[in-house]
Amino acid sequence: MKSTLFNEELKIVNFGLESFRKGLSDAGVKSVQVQFKPPLVSDRKLFEKVEKHASSVAKANRAALEKIFAAQPVLVEMDIASKVIPGMKKNLILHAGPPITWKRMCGPMRGAIAAALMYEGMAKTHAEAEKLAASGKIKYAPCHEHCAVGPMAGIISASMPVFIVKNKAGGNYAYATMNEGLGKVLRYGAYSPEVIERLKWMETGLYPALKAAIALSGGIDLKTIAAQALHMGDEVHNRNRAATSLFYRAIAPAVIKTSPPDVAAKALEFINGNDHFFLNLSMALSKASLDAGRGVKNSSLVVVMARNGTDFGVQLSGGGGRWFTGPAPVPDALYFPGFTKADANPDIGDSAITETNGLGGFAIAAAPAIVQFVGGKAADAVSYTLAMYGITAGENNVYRIPYLDFRGTPTGIDVVKVARTGILPFIDTGVAHKKAGIGQVGAGVLSAPSEPFVKAFEFFAGELR
Amino acid sequence: MIKTIIKKGAYFDSVSLMQVARKLNSIPGVIDSAVVMATRENKGIIKASGLLTPEVLKAGDSDLAVAVKAKNPPAAEAALKAAEELLNRKPAPAEAGSDRKASGLEDAVKTLDGANLAIVSVAGRFAGALAADCLEKNLNVMLFSDNVPLETEVELKKLALAKGLLVMGPDCGTAIINGAPLAFANSVRRGNIGIVAASGTGLQEVSTLISNEGAGVSQAIGTGSRDVKLEVGALTLLQGLKMLAADSATEVILIVSKPPHPEILKKIIVEIKKIKKPVAAIFLGGEIKGKIKDNFYAANTLEEAALKAVCLSKGWQMARAKEIIYDTNLKAETLARKEAALKKSAGKYLRGLFSGGTFVSEAQVILPGIIGPLWSNAPLDKKWKLKDSMRLTEHAVVDLGEDEFTVGRPHPMIDYSLRNKMIVSEAVRPDVSVILLDVVLGYGSNMRPLDDILPSIRKAFQANKSLSIVSSVTGTETDPQTRSKVVKGLEAEGVLVMPSNAAACRLAGRIITSHKSQVTGHKSRM
Repeated sequence: MKSTLFNEELKIVNFGLESFRKGLSDAGVKSVQVQFKPPLVSDRKLFEKVEKHASSVAKANRAALEKIFAAQPVLVEMDIASKVIPGMKKNLILHAGPPITWKRMCGPMRGAIAAALMYEGMAKTHAEAEKLAASGKIKYAPCHEHCAVGPMAGIISASMPVFIVKNKAGGNYAYATMNEGLGKVLRYGAYSPEVIERLKWMETGLYPALKAAIALSGGIDLKTIAAQALHMGDEVHNRNRAATSLFYRAIAPAVIKTSPPDVAAKALEFINGNDHFFLNLSMALSKASLDAGRGVKNSSLVVVMARNGTDFGVQLSGGGGRWFTGPAPVPDALYFPGFTKADANPDIGDSAITETNGLGGFAIAAAPAIVQFVGGKAADAVSYTLAMYGITAGENNVYRIPYLDFRGTPTGIDVVKVARTGILPFIDTGVAHKKAGIGQVGAGVLSAPSEPFVKAFEFFAGELR
Repeated sequence: MIKTIIKKGAYFDSVSLMQVARKLNSIPGVIDSAVVMATRENKGIIKASGLLTPEVLKAGDSDLAVAVKAKNPPAAEAALKAAEELLNRKPAPAEAGSDRKASGLEDAVKTLDGANLAIVSVAGRFAGALAADCLEKNLNVMLFSDNVPLETEVELKKLALAKGLLVMGPDCGTAIINGAPLAFANSVRRGNIGIVAASGTGLQEVSTLISNEGAGVSQAIGTGSRDVKLEVGALTLLQGLKMLAADSATEVILIVSKPPHPEILKKIIVEIKKIKKPVAAIFLGGEIKGKIKDNFYAANTLEEAALKAVCLSKGWQMARAKEIIYDTNLKAETLARKEAALKKSAGKYLRGLFSGGTFVSEAQVILPGIIGPLWSNAPLDKKWKLKDSMRLTEHAVVDLGEDEFTVGRPHPMIDYSLRNKMIVSEAVRPDVSVILLDVVLGYGSNMRPLDDILPSIRKAFQANKSLSIVSSVTGTETDPQTRSKVVKGLEAEGVLVMPSNAAACRLAGRIITSHKSQVTGHKSRM
């Protein structure tokens, strides 16, 4: 073929030395600088193999993404964990992130488990709880392996009430506890009497009120709330103020109709006082959506990103429930007064399910109010969202970003793209103190570690037939 | 004492890292430092400087290693802290939407609609794959990076040909496409001379000489230094000739290369014969034997090649090129005699310290005829290879852009520090009478050449009052450094500046011979 370069307007993509752009701008030539990152995996053969199967991978990813996009997560009911979560038992505790033994658990997760055992009445003191937790009588499993998700430590024990979110399109369910608020809370590893007391009230006061209200409302469409919240400055991970408000508007009339005034007032005041109340619902709706995209052969889409405070784990649609893990990094955060990075626990929680679903860090361009977490400029937030389009399979059909002219959020992390571009998923997060019992010390952002993605890609490429 | 930190999975480009290392070395008490990605090659480099600690040795390709050698622990700590700060410093945030950095190729082609050329200057081990990705996206590629395997170069060039795209490089330092200076290029007039060049410095020299003579350049295609090797088969050079032959704005074609492999030269000649437009060519250090076609003009120096192209461009008689060179020579003769009489140096040797590799070749083409053989670290004839590139003997010319000097350090056209040291250390030798330099201006090069070079020139003259320093300044008035300013600045300190490297070589040689004839003339009168 003949080159037409000399007859075209020169437009340049510059990889590497930025100083080369000076000559271009002096000559009036348009150029764009690329923030180059090397590929995560250096074995070209694996990429060549993926390339050979490119059309079947693309087809598989489209199929998985269609199911994720078609999901209709609706809050349909509430109940007690042991009654509804598949496989839930008295001596089983679900936790955030990939599987982990008591021995390798971080401080906040151990603290949260101790709190849960005391809450369950299986231990009276913290020491007793720790002993029981380490005894082997208590079994541990990831929330994700039981259709559930939990923020931070992500602890779910048998008698905790849970939201039941049904994907009406796929018929699958997802479960999550109610959000306890900020400060000393179980999910950050706090186990003092006030923590247990609050949990008890949530079980006996808040839960019945919400259960009745949800039943009366006939179900609450969570996807619409999340989509609207993105237009109101939330990314529904680190900022849930708008979504919580929308949820409050949806549930309040039913709460008042179904509960005595004092019970209703206390329940609504609790929701009103907790900007993060929607977080657990945001996670459950994401879980319900992504689980619909599981099990598609040859799909390289990531359906789980989750951390247990020690390891960061990833699951693929076509990975048959396998976890690909690596050490969890310490987030780059803004710390509450009196705390520093030295106090921070490595990244923890199932909340990265929101990013996996095209929300959270992937939608941060929608949340200018929290850009101080990403460098203080709205442009930084926009950059992060735009970067994520480079590693995702599609643009969301429902979650859209006003600033980007209502472009759909980058959705469906493709592990092949992550491996090839070296761009790692960008995650918003809260930060727990590394010692149990202290609670949250800050909030910030981080890039996912490379190791789980390298392993996932190598597995994926290796298995391709 | 040596202190080390390793940052896992933190990638930085080598230029940023070198900038960090340079800043660390300026911290009081710091003897040396290395800030590198812990690749095998870089570990090798660190080893030589004694900074290869067990931690660095253990680190992998994707880890960043910072190693500091300091006089005492506080200095080492200060350096590590400074490194941390410099590395974590966020680039000045771009204004929303206006100049956002793209996060990858996909993002870039979406951001810049109609993008058609990529400049790639990332580390060589990533450059080949990246260039292939760019070709897949239908971008032409200028591959500035070196250390790309030869077979990758061939694959890339074949893929490009099939897609009607151009791959310039690897190791392509200079190009001018549609009037835009790419990488290390100068701001030259546009005109009707199309250039294909296998040498970046050679391309800079001919394009600026053409522009300074009042002619102009339509397109200047860089091929990369290995294009004329047998393995690559001049794929880009031949493609470039075809493109220029078909380009309506190009009326004269100029080829700049080192001597191609004989088999490849045959192919090039076949292609030249097909072209109706006049063609001038220089295969520096080689010869073109036999008649190729009526309007074909061979040259022996870059200066001659450029001037012949100018004659063709302006419709001048070809003899005019020779006249211009003759005039410059005449002036150089007079200048040389004057300089020799003024300086009365007892030294008899010339030392050429070059930042442009092609100038070292050109010096070896011109100078032996005037002063006899030259030693070099990049000799045209292996017989004259310097045993130790840092120890110059007799007449010697060194290419400071060779790998042995540039590992872990920016190119000498950007960073003058090594050459500055050598200017002074050569000046103090009593047997040296002439130092020959090149100063290359343009985009990509050092933006403050005078600030950086003059202190060492002053020191050199202080140390050796009978020394002569001769330099060429490759550049134009519209270059960001402005050629005339640089020339004046050098002349004000006593440097003899010539319009081309060839002319500078001849002047330097004549000064040496004038000294000789003075000595012998003096003797004969005794």
